[in-house]
Amino acid sequence: MPDAPPPVRIKRRLPLEWLGILPFVVFALMFLILPTMKIVIGAFQSPDGGFTFQNLIDLNTDSIRSAYIASIELSLITAILGCAVGFAMATAVVFGGLPKRVRGPLLTFSGVASNFAGVPLAFAFIATLGPAGLVTLWLKTEFGINLRAMGFNLLSFWGLVVTYLFFQIPLMILIIIPALDGLKREWREAAQVLGATGTQYWRMVALPILFPSLLGTFALLFANAFGAVATAFALTGPQLNIVPIKLFAQIRGDVLGNPNLGYALAFGMILITGLANVIYIVLRTRSERWLK
Amino acid sequence: MKRLFAWTALVSGCLFFLLPLIGMTEFSLKMRRGVYSFDAYVRVFEDPRFWETFSYSLTLAAATIIFGVLLVVPTAYWVRLKLPQARPIIEFITLLPLVIPAIVIVFGYIRLYNTSSILPLTGSALGTDILLTMGYATLALPYMYRAVDTGLRTIDVATLTEAAQSLGAGWFTILARIILPNVMTAVLSGAFLTLAIVIGEFTMAALLNRPAFGPFMQLLGANRAYEPPALAVIAFAITWGCMGLIQLVTRFSKHERAKA
Repeated sequence: MPDAPPPVRIKRRLPLEWLGILPFVVFALMFLILPTMKIVIGAFQSPDGGFTFQNLIDLNTDSIRSAYIASIELSLITAILGCAVGFAMATAVVFGGLPKRVRGPLLTFSGVASNFAGVPLAFAFIATLGPAGLVTLWLKTEFGINLRAMGFNLLSFWGLVVTYLFFQIPLMILIIIPALDGLKREWREAAQVLGATGTQYWRMVALPILFPSLLGTFALLFANAFGAVATAFALTGPQLNIVPIKLFAQIRGDVLGNPNLGYALAFGMILITGLANVIYIVLRTRSERWLK
Repeated sequence: MKRLFAWTALVSGCLFFLLPLIGMTEFSLKMRRGVYSFDAYVRVFEDPRFWETFSYSLTLAAATIIFGVLLVVPTAYWVRLKLPQARPIIEFITLLPLVIPAIVIVFGYIRLYNTSSILPLTGSALGTDILLTMGYATLALPYMYRAVDTGLRTIDVATLTEAAQSLGAGWFTILARIILPNVMTAVLSGAFLTLAIVIGEFTMAALLNRPAFGPFMQLLGANRAYEPPALAVIAFAITWGCMGLIQLVTRFSKHERAKA
């Protein structure tokens, strides 16, 4: 994507051109970089302002540790399932011999569903799988299946998994369909000419090429689930012990009893989503080389 | 065999997506015992808080879009025209809001702009509204920038600029009358996406204590049974409307270009 390389300037001029992006830089500093820096610095500050690792060490309590574990599990599971189901649906549409008419509506719907997160999504699932929800009642009256007795509770970890999938799967579809389109017909034909079976083509040609975008999208879905607050909050209220909900309660009313511990909690979130996204960016640049 | 697998994957996927939509619609119609009715919707529309919070969020969305366009279009244009070397940095910054969770960003705002700071934005209602608008602009930045930058790629920025300059146009004229109309489709796409993001946003508005639509929905969800699914149907319709409008402007512009 880079345009022609900038010509080497012999004469150094005053960098007046940089003034053109000054408003953007000021905005990014004030409302993105500095607020984040404030959190990061705060995580390493003691209440009197000195440098300390104590806040990060203090994160190691049962309650906070289990919140991080639950959040990471939630994000991992929804990312894995989202990738798997989204990939299955995308390959079905691109290579499955389905009518061409299916594709457009699926993409449009995915655009809508991936943006239909937050409070209303929680309501939709309560009305469907909640105690008095459509599917719950239907299973009970028609088949005698009692979801609750079987251990399924929407307002719990697994309920959250099912709900998150509603925006995770479409996000996967939106990102992976262009990648699937990038698989050239010639590659498949070349593999066939050399005697490869369909499975061999997928295992040895297509999947290795798609691997960076698959893993990259996985990282994006992970970060997407990890930072989500509204859906979980509207579904389960402030009780469920996951990191974003804990941070929400901490910001509202210092439930941890130590403002700097709040910074450390938030810093942990940045660290984890940051790591996931570094993987995403690195792998995406690698996959774009193939998809040109 | 392959086709069977394909149909199974597609149909079961669609079922998963349709059931919650059917569920919320059905539930929202059940307020009156025994028959389907629109009572829940009537209740929602009769609630003055619905209109207050909805128009508040709509106003904020408009402010976010205007600010976002004024910020992103000149920047993306300038980077394309004069500063291609700044491109990787700018793109990296615009992707940051996808990396840093919104709740962390707003946490930073609350601590950075509190009443005892140099810029006490959270001290007044107007200040907090401005802060929330900036927060929304940050959330929308990755989408807005990407949309506009893709739009700029399809036009010859350098030639258009030189042509306009040789006819005596200043920077403002170039941006407002040459560049902006040429990337209008992209700008509108970004705008509708911003609207879809902002209208039901919960975290930032709740933590900044502003009377937005998202927190109102959450409050109603905690206290009522039938109004929440009605709200979900309304919110879904809005999201669908925004995405539909994006498709419409894109298709419309393609049509125009094909004719030209």
